[in-house]
Amino acid sequence: MTMTETTPNASGYKEFSVGGFTFSRDEYFVTITWPTGSHQMDIGQWLRCVQRDVAWGFFYGIINFDEVIGTMNHYGNVDMFAGRFNEAYRRAEVDYNENFDHDELLGCFTAMLSDWTNEGYDPFAAPMETGSAYGPSRGDNDEAVTRQRVVAQRMVSVPGDEPIRSDDSGFPINRGFADVSQDEPVISAEPGYEDQVSSFNFFAYLSLSYVNCNTSVVSACKESLYCPTTEEFILPVIHGNDRVEWFVQLSDEIQWDVEDRDTGAKRARVIMKAGDVAAMPADIRHQGYAPKRSMLLVWENGSPRIPEMIANGEAPVHPVAF
Amino acid sequence: MTDQTGRQYNTVFGSLDHYNKGGVEVISDNPKYYAFSNMFEVASAARPYEKVAVAKNLEYVLEVIRAEGTSEWRATPHDEFALVMDGSVEIELFDPEEPLVDPDASGSIGLDGQPDGNPMGRVQAGQGHMTLLPAGKAYRFHSDGVAVVLLQTIEGPDTVYRWADICQTV
Repeated sequence: MTMTETTPNASGYKEFSVGGFTFSRDEYFVTITWPTGSHQMDIGQWLRCVQRDVAWGFFYGIINFDEVIGTMNHYGNVDMFAGRFNEAYRRAEVDYNENFDHDELLGCFTAMLSDWTNEGYDPFAAPMETGSAYGPSRGDNDEAVTRQRVVAQRMVSVPGDEPIRSDDSGFPINRGFADVSQDEPVISAEPGYEDQVSSFNFFAYLSLSYVNCNTSVVSACKESLYCPTTEEFILPVIHGNDRVEWFVQLSDEIQWDVEDRDTGAKRARVIMKAGDVAAMPADIRHQGYAPKRSMLLVWENGSPRIPEMIANGEAPVHPVAF
Repeated sequence: MTDQTGRQYNTVFGSLDHYNKGGVEVISDNPKYYAFSNMFEVASAARPYEKVAVAKNLEYVLEVIRAEGTSEWRATPHDEFALVMDGSVEIELFDPEEPLVDPDASGSIGLDGQPDGNPMGRVQAGQGHMTLLPAGKAYRFHSDGVAVVLLQTIEGPDTVYRWADICQTV
């Protein structure tokens, strides 16, 4: 299976196809077609979703771009679907699912992001921090759309691992966190132990985040990964869980809409304020709303055992029983 | 600092004295499935240096620790990470002469006093500061007041489970 792309259309954008899917954009919308149907989305929303899917390598479980389109990660290969998690589409038998090699779909999305993202628009930025996604093709923003996700092997600031951020290294304090203390811990290491005593200001590190709704790994206790993110406005994707995931609200507030993963039926709203801790069960999908930029610690278990546990039905659906 | 709209933002962090707990608004679900708690509420009701789990994912846990006075020395077989969520904590690190814990074990263990070996140093950590507690080493906490630490670790012999007391049930 090979991705194809056309010459630019009247708006200056290429059309892409992979497998049974085609993707075209005009000044306002993306149009997706598949053998049994078609769908349109706001182009800004589409680019924000594709950007996360690419940056996260399809993440854990399901990334719904909206109530119709999305991807499901099988860790090495990935499904692209239309209507698979929408009862009406399934009932009408117009839903569609196709499996791709991970790199093939990623390659198609990466090429699309490069061609469809205009100069001055950053799909990673909050709406008040970037330009417009709309209009005819004008330039590109490859510097923004090819950013690499930070993945610390042990902990940010440990010698040889990911460095801390600073204004001098190109990370200004985000406008929503201008009041966050930038003081650093006082480290007093004995001679010979200078490289083994490590501490950093985690909140200040997050206040210097230049992307919105994008997790990075700051510490790893074996397979237990701290994946904090700063969140403002709406999480672009509706994340469908394939495993239990935990949220720790470090600052401010996020309200989560929680739906049944397979049908989209509303199950709950989870209101998280600073200091709150909550799990997302393995059979839901969720989307968060943050009126002010907030710090969210997403806690993941990256164990390579889990895909097999999921396939065998052995992975817990709920975090704890009591 | 203001943004281009002139707006000044106030970032809200929680503390033992000031936290505002959210919750689960159920539409068609069981609130227990979300294991919803608030770490400051948990720390308010905890004994000093109890390790109360507030999150669990298979063998991995996040523990809330009420830091008050001086803790016992503990040895950890794997890296742990202490994030101060409220107050101020001094963390002492120690390099033991002999291994104190099986490197294949999980979670830290308490020690009977300071082990033989060499002091590695100390960290004075305030709100938002994260400190590495290195594998194979020993550490202890001290707080002149009351502080709250969130510990990223693995379930161990001293992990305390209190889900029915700390989580929203209805």
